[in-house]
Amino acid sequence: MLKDEDRIFTNLYGWMDSGLKGAKARGDWDGTAKLIKLGHDEIVERVKASGLRGRGGAGFPTGLKWSFMPKEVGARPHYLVVNADESEPGTCKDRDIIRNEPHKLLEGCVIAGFAMRAHAAYIYIRGEFVNEARRLQAAIDEAYAAGLLGDNAVKSGWKFDIYLHRGAGAYICGEETALIESLEGKKGQPRLKPPFPAGAGLYGCPTTVNNVESIAVVPTILRRGADWFSGLGKDGNTGTKLFCISGHVNNPCNVEEEMGIPLRELIEKHAGGVRGGWDNLLAVIPGGSSTPMMPQAVCNTITMDFDALKEAGTGLGTAGVIVMDKSTDVVKAISRLSYFYKHESCGQCTPCREGTGWMWRMMERLVRGDAEIHEIDTLEQVTRQVEGHTICALGDAAAWPIQGLIKHFRPEIERRITAHRAAAAVEAAE
Amino acid sequence: MSIDARIADNQPDSFAFTRENEAEIKRIVAKYPKGRQASAVMPLLDLVQRQHDNWIPMKAIELIAKKLDMAEIRVLEVATFYTMFNLKPVGKYFLQACTTTPCWLRGSDNMMRCIKDRYGISSGETSECGRFTLLEVECLGACVNAPILQVNDDFYEDLDYASTGTLLDSLEADEPLPVGSVTGRSGSESATGATSLAALKPAE
Repeated sequence: MLKDEDRIFTNLYGWMDSGLKGAKARGDWDGTAKLIKLGHDEIVERVKASGLRGRGGAGFPTGLKWSFMPKEVGARPHYLVVNADESEPGTCKDRDIIRNEPHKLLEGCVIAGFAMRAHAAYIYIRGEFVNEARRLQAAIDEAYAAGLLGDNAVKSGWKFDIYLHRGAGAYICGEETALIESLEGKKGQPRLKPPFPAGAGLYGCPTTVNNVESIAVVPTILRRGADWFSGLGKDGNTGTKLFCISGHVNNPCNVEEEMGIPLRELIEKHAGGVRGGWDNLLAVIPGGSSTPMMPQAVCNTITMDFDALKEAGTGLGTAGVIVMDKSTDVVKAISRLSYFYKHESCGQCTPCREGTGWMWRMMERLVRGDAEIHEIDTLEQVTRQVEGHTICALGDAAAWPIQGLIKHFRPEIERRITAHRAAAAVEAAE
Repeated sequence: MSIDARIADNQPDSFAFTRENEAEIKRIVAKYPKGRQASAVMPLLDLVQRQHDNWIPMKAIELIAKKLDMAEIRVLEVATFYTMFNLKPVGKYFLQACTTTPCWLRGSDNMMRCIKDRYGISSGETSECGRFTLLEVECLGACVNAPILQVNDDFYEDLDYASTGTLLDSLEADEPLPVGSVTGRSGSESATGATSLAALKPAE
């Protein structure tokens, strides 16, 4: 188990002051100007060396992403955009950073912004997080008053501003180009890539979009050293990670743990175990609703990191672990996710707009067993035709949970169809 | 839902921002680069909603379009794309119940049943007294504290049938319960005490 001294988010549970005084007592804003003195490229190199991979779901190396920004600032200013539109079902980690450790995020913005030669950051927070946004705005105001932000941020000579922008209820705005569209005052509909945001992002300017957790861990990584961070976890899957454990566990909670922790250990040490014991486990969705579920046999030995989960046909995603015990109507659990994706499809691409509705209606029939066996294969084929055929990954995200269900629970779906048919036959005979 | 069904039939004849909000608009627009004032459309819609009993009349859409130099249809398009903008009146207490899978696994059906038993309303409906509107919403992003009921700006967490009733009692009396977990746990820590960082927990 990760030692407390290796935990970055020591105020994860909000026991202590989230304001500047409390944050400084926890080590935030300590020698930030000295870190800035390392220079743009050295900061990027150190983040690369730490092995940090993006914490928003895709797991792309953070330092490498920053290095895509132009090395010279031309006529167009550079922007850092922080994705705080946390909406992936099962995920609620950024909320804790924003409300309890806002200064880690702000300090991270200054350092990351400087590294990519930006003078401004926009933090896009989901609209429903009203109280969290108030807390974050209060932290921003405090940081300005203390000279940590503004014309001479942390007395480094670098001008840096941070602006908070609230969303208004649209999961799709967690997709980086939809977020940028929304920030520009439009409907949140994803853009075709290329051009990538590093070339033409916010207002057509070079932009990097990073997840809250990815940015908030940067100051600690630089203070404690890339070696410290890369010494935790596994090769290619380094550092610590915030996990959210929800669903059928005795004590749902968030916890910061080492990357690569066995799933069973994570659930039993921190969440009080599966309701009714480990043998009562049916399946786990390991990384937010988009990642395909794993049956108990896989859960027994799997470790929680990008590569191990990918190899198991699923993903670490956001590390939102959704646990389902044997009492779960697993077909309905996935059908409810299908409804989510239907509701959240932005409507731009036909395969997603039409496909998510079609898949949900088909899933509802499978919940009742009101279908033919061959329609399971039809559904599977339709998911393949949505996946990879849309501008953004929402189509994929809608397809994967259904594919996971069919892969691991086809006998249960067939059982329902057979039972439904038998019941209909009895009714017809009477 | 069709666009027509989302927009109130009865519309006020005019809308104007208060003096305080006019000043706030200046602060908001200043966050964005010159010429990029359209970025302020969502904050302004939110401002209208806060000033105008939690819903946005069409006159306000016209006013925002004028202020930000946008076509009215662009403002309406944004107002209808994002689910948090109400284009028709809602009750004083706007109940937004999360029923997405993590909340559903933790018994959001019981929370919904409690609201239905009391007011006889389903998603999208307002109670007879006019004070409570229910909306089924998608993941609110507080899954380890499921199920969640958002009441106006505030999250109430870890609800079951009985505690949903207690919460509704408190709203009926206009003395809302403290925001957060109704079981009293601090944020996202385990209900039986945190399994990490315990040594750092300040004494009560």
